[in-house]
This record gives sequence, structure tokens and C-alpha cells, in this order.
Amino acid sequence: MDTAMLIEKSALVLLLFLISLGVAAYQTYFERKLAAWIQDRVGPDRAGPFGILQPIADGTKMFLKEDFIPAKADKWLFIIGPGISMFTALITSSVIPWGTNLNLFGRDISLQVADFNIGILFVFGVVSIGVYGIMIGGWASNNKYSLYGAIRASSQMISYELAMGISAITIVMLTGSLSLNDIVQSQHGMNWNIFYQPLAFFIFFITSLAELNRAPFDLPECESELIGGYHTEYSSMKLGLYLFSEYTSMFVSSAIMAVLFFGGYNFPGMDAFSGNTLAILSIAAFALKIFLFIFVIMWIRWTIPRFRFDQLMHLGWKVLIPVAIVNMLITGLVVAWNQGWM
Amino acid sequence: MQEISTSANYIPLLLQIVVAAAFVIFTLVVTHKLTPRINSDRKDENFECGIEAEGNARFPVSVRYFMTAILFVLFDVEVIFFYPYAVNFYELKMEGLLALIMFVGFFLVGFLYIRLKGALEWEK
Amino acid sequence: MSLQMISVILGSLTIASGLMVVLSKHPIRSVIYLVITFFFISAMYILMNAQFLAIVNMIVYAGAIMVLFLFVLMLLNLNKEMEPETTRMSLFTAVIAGGTLFLVMITALRDTFQYGKGYVQVPVQDAGLVEQLGKLLFSKYLVPFEISSILFIAAMVGAVLLAKREKQIID
Repeated sequence: MDTAMLIEKSALVLLLFLISLGVAAYQTYFERKLAAWIQDRVGPDRAGPFGILQPIADGTKMFLKEDFIPAKADKWLFIIGPGISMFTALITSSVIPWGTNLNLFGRDISLQVADFNIGILFVFGVVSIGVYGIMIGGWASNNKYSLYGAIRASSQMISYELAMGISAITIVMLTGSLSLNDIVQSQHGMNWNIFYQPLAFFIFFITSLAELNRAPFDLPECESELIGGYHTEYSSMKLGLYLFSEYTSMFVSSAIMAVLFFGGYNFPGMDAFSGNTLAILSIAAFALKIFLFIFVIMWIRWTIPRFRFDQLMHLGWKVLIPVAIVNMLITGLVVAWNQGWM
Repeated sequence: MQEISTSANYIPLLLQIVVAAAFVIFTLVVTHKLTPRINSDRKDENFECGIEAEGNARFPVSVRYFMTAILFVLFDVEVIFFYPYAVNFYELKMEGLLALIMFVGFFLVGFLYIRLKGALEWEK
Repeated sequence: MSLQMISVILGSLTIASGLMVVLSKHPIRSVIYLVITFFFISAMYILMNAQFLAIVNMIVYAGAIMVLFLFVLMLLNLNKEMEPETTRMSLFTAVIAGGTLFLVMITALRDTFQYGKGYVQVPVQDAGLVEQLGKLLFSKYLVPFEISSILFIAAMVGAVLLAKREKQIID
């Protein structure tokens, strides 16, 4: 790895970091406006025209509010809890290919921070580490509601991780690679995986909602039973990091769903373009897909009521896992039949 | 796959880890230094709906959560085993598929066992 | 920076976080340090280009088994007054068990220094990648692979029985 490459990657990492934070901040604005629209209200409209500066006002406020640590809490763990959540949310984006190669200053720049051999497993690995942020934060607060929120959150996340892993296997089977770059390239043009694996997508989408702790799976923070769930005792920017990490993860998992099932940066008729035009159009196509996913996730939150905990576990273990396994076997058998192995 | 993947592919990931960690530490330190803080015995108590807290939150939770975690570890290892197969799906052909079906068969036997034993039941 | 330098730095970080696991008095903090240790061990696997092993280490050990540890710790009563007192007998057995483990480690280390000059040599550059691993697992090591699934069933039976007994105590 030479110096030019290192500079190029550093620039990409910084850019990606700023975009993730910016998107996460404006997602909060978008969500509030969308909720207002669904409930026939106006939504935030005081800071700037149409309330467009609201996320900045919110962020400043969070930095300046009292940073409260309960006397009974485990101070050290209380502080690192939100840190772990935010950290894991920020590093997942490194394996996503954001567009076709861009040509700048005579160099072919790949718009993917790191292309590994194990890309998709890396995503699952980071997601499984993300459980700690919530679990540690909730336990350290020494609050009964926080503890219940944390334990619910972690059992929900680990249960849905299984179905998520199994549903992604069908994509790996069809592509023959774990690298997200290879998975995107195999869906060139309109040859998207969703047309071959609608059931796998459906399972993956539901499990993603559960991993994100979004409604209808927002039991860890359901305000009607647990005050604020695992972040009841948090305030100031520590609470901000929890909320921020939720929105960043939402952005990243929308991107991952687009990559796995909706062709990532591919769009129909992409062969007509080349070079930097293609790169910019592919980034735009990818951004549009991510935006649509974010919209659908928010739409679901403001439409569907919350599950009960036993229903949630029932759905995760007794429905999604068997269905995902059967889907995997059927995929294997159908391909075997088509290839003439049987 | 054009070239053999090596550990050098992970250097950009290291960059991203450094940036993310720096941001998190910076935010936590700044919010710690910047914000006002007023302490008093009453105020520093936990918030439990305004009712005075009885004891603390260091009590054992239901064994079902524990059960979920054990089963998760077992199933997670099994799911991980599917990945090396899935990558080689087209090369292994029918023998691979038969081996997979057998493995999934055992998987489902275990799954049925825990289901019939009621390990997945949450409502009494 | 040479490869040896990196592995020395990683090694000392691993040992430092490993020591913190033992030295920290608080069980939950020990778990956190153990996760960090696994993180460094994964980095070492990547240095040897055993990428699949590295990520399995992350998912299974750091992501699953450590979560189970946390659940177990949360299931216990972690109040100060409930801490079991260390008797002289338990101290004695702990010293013997630890000493035996230490001896085993010393023997293992001696072998490493004799044969490998202290560093692991990877024979083939892509041996640790998931494609090669899958091919081996589904041809040469097929029988152990299938047997492992029977092992899983045994583990499930054990877990269910354990939970049944625990339930009687709690309910």
C-alpha cells in the first residue's frame, strides 16, 4: 500500500464519517417531519426556514445539557456504554461499496473503504458487538427499568441475529462470495437478488428492524412500560450518542439491504454510461435506494403498534429461523435441479 | 475474485476504526468537560417514576433470558458453519448439498427438541 | 513497519488486556477486557491472513459467548454483601490448578521456541480464506463436521436440562 493510496483511503474514511453523521442528524429531522405529516401536524418549524436547522439546535443543546451520572451507577461502564454503541455503528460502513470507480487526478479510486474476503460476515460481527453498548449501559445505570430494557434488547438482538445470518446465506450461495463488492457486481444492471430471493429479503428486512430496535420491535425502550428503557438514566451527549448510533445504524443497514437485495449502486441501463458520469449516477442510484429504505422504516414506525415480548420471541425463534432454513434448502435444491446435478 | 485477499486489505479498516474511536472519545470528553453539574443526594438517585427506589438493580432475572443466550451460542456456531459451504456452493455440487441437508437435518432435530421441551415458550 | 514489529505490538496489547481480565476486580469489567482481548487476537489472525478464523473469533467468541457470560453475571446476585468469602481451601485449590496450567503453558511455549523461531510461518498465502476452508471442511473433514452437529444436539439437551433445574430454584 503506497502513500497515495493511503491518502485516498483516509480522505474516503473522513468523508464517509462526515456523511454518516450528517445523514444521521438529518434523519432525525426527516423522521419528525414525516411523523408530523402522518399525524397531520406541522412538526419542527422554528429553527431556520421549515425548521431545517433543527438538528443543529438539538446537537448544540445536547452538548450543553447537564451530564448526569446517578450516584449508584457504575461510573466507568456507564460512560463507555454509549461509546461502544456509537463506535460499532460508525465502523460498519467501511465494507459497503458506494459506487463504481471514480477517476480523479489520473487515479482510479474505488469507493469502498475496505474490500475484504469476508465482507458480509464483518457486518454480522460488528452487529454482534453492538449488543454490548446497550447491555453495558443498561446494567451500569443500576436502574430496574434500564436493566429490563437492556436484557430485553440483548435477547431480542441475539435472537434475530440468527435468522438474519441464515437469510443472508442464500445470497452468498448464489454469488459464491462473501465480499460485498462481488455481491454488488453480480447484480449488474437490473439483475437484482430481490427477484430471486424475495422471501430472504423479507426475513432480512424484519430482522434488520429488530436489530435496530425500531418499531414494531422497539421493546427495549418502550416508553409506556420502561420509562426510556436502557437509556432512562442517560442525558446530555451520552444520550445523544445512543440516539445517534441508532440513526447511523439505520442508515448503514438500509445501505446493506440495498447492497444485498436491490443491486447496490447498479441501475437499469447503466451500460450506456462510463467513467465519472457512471460513477456519479451510480452513487445517486444507491443514495436513492437508501433513502427509500429509510423512508419505509420510518413509515413502519409511525404506523404499526409494538409487539409484546413473547410475541417477539415467538416470531424470531419459531417462525423466522425455520422459514429461513427452509428457504436456504429450497434455494439449494432448485439450483441443483437447474444445473443438472440431480 | 481478481487477486488473493491479504491482510493489507485491512489497513483502511484500521483508519476507520481510529476515526470512529477518536470521535467517540472526543465527544465523551467534551461533554464531560463542557456541561454543568450540580450534585445533591436527592438528585443523584435513580429515576424510577418518582417513587423512592427499593434496593438496587442487581437482582437475578428470569432464567428464560439465560436460556435464550445459551441457545443463541449453539445456533450461532451452526449458522457460521453454513458460510464456508455457501461460498463453495457451485464447486461442491451434489455431494456438498447432501452433506448440507444432513447437517440441517441434525440442526432441525435439535431445534424440534428444544421446541417440544418448551425452551422457547415465554408465556406461562 | 515490519511484520514482526506489528506482531510484537499486537502481542503485548493482547497480553496487557488479558492481564486486565484477571486483575480487574469487577466481573463485568473483566468481560469487557476479555472482549478487547478477543479483538486483538482477531487482529493477529488477520495478520496471518486467516480471515475467516478472525471473523469467527469475533462473531462466536466476542459476540456470542461473551454475551452469554454477561447474561450469567446478570443472573447472579452481584451485590457487595453477597460476595462469597475466599476460604483457605479454595485458595489452595486455585493455586494448584493455576500452577498446573502454568506448567502446561511453559511446555507449549518451549516447543514453539524450538521449532518455529517464535513466529508462525504460514505455508500457503490463501490457506486461511473461507473458500479453501470450505473445500476442506466438505471433503476431507466431512465426517467430523457432521459429528459436530450431533455434539450440538447434546449441548442443547444439556442446556434444557440445566434450565429445568434452575427454574425450580427461582420460581
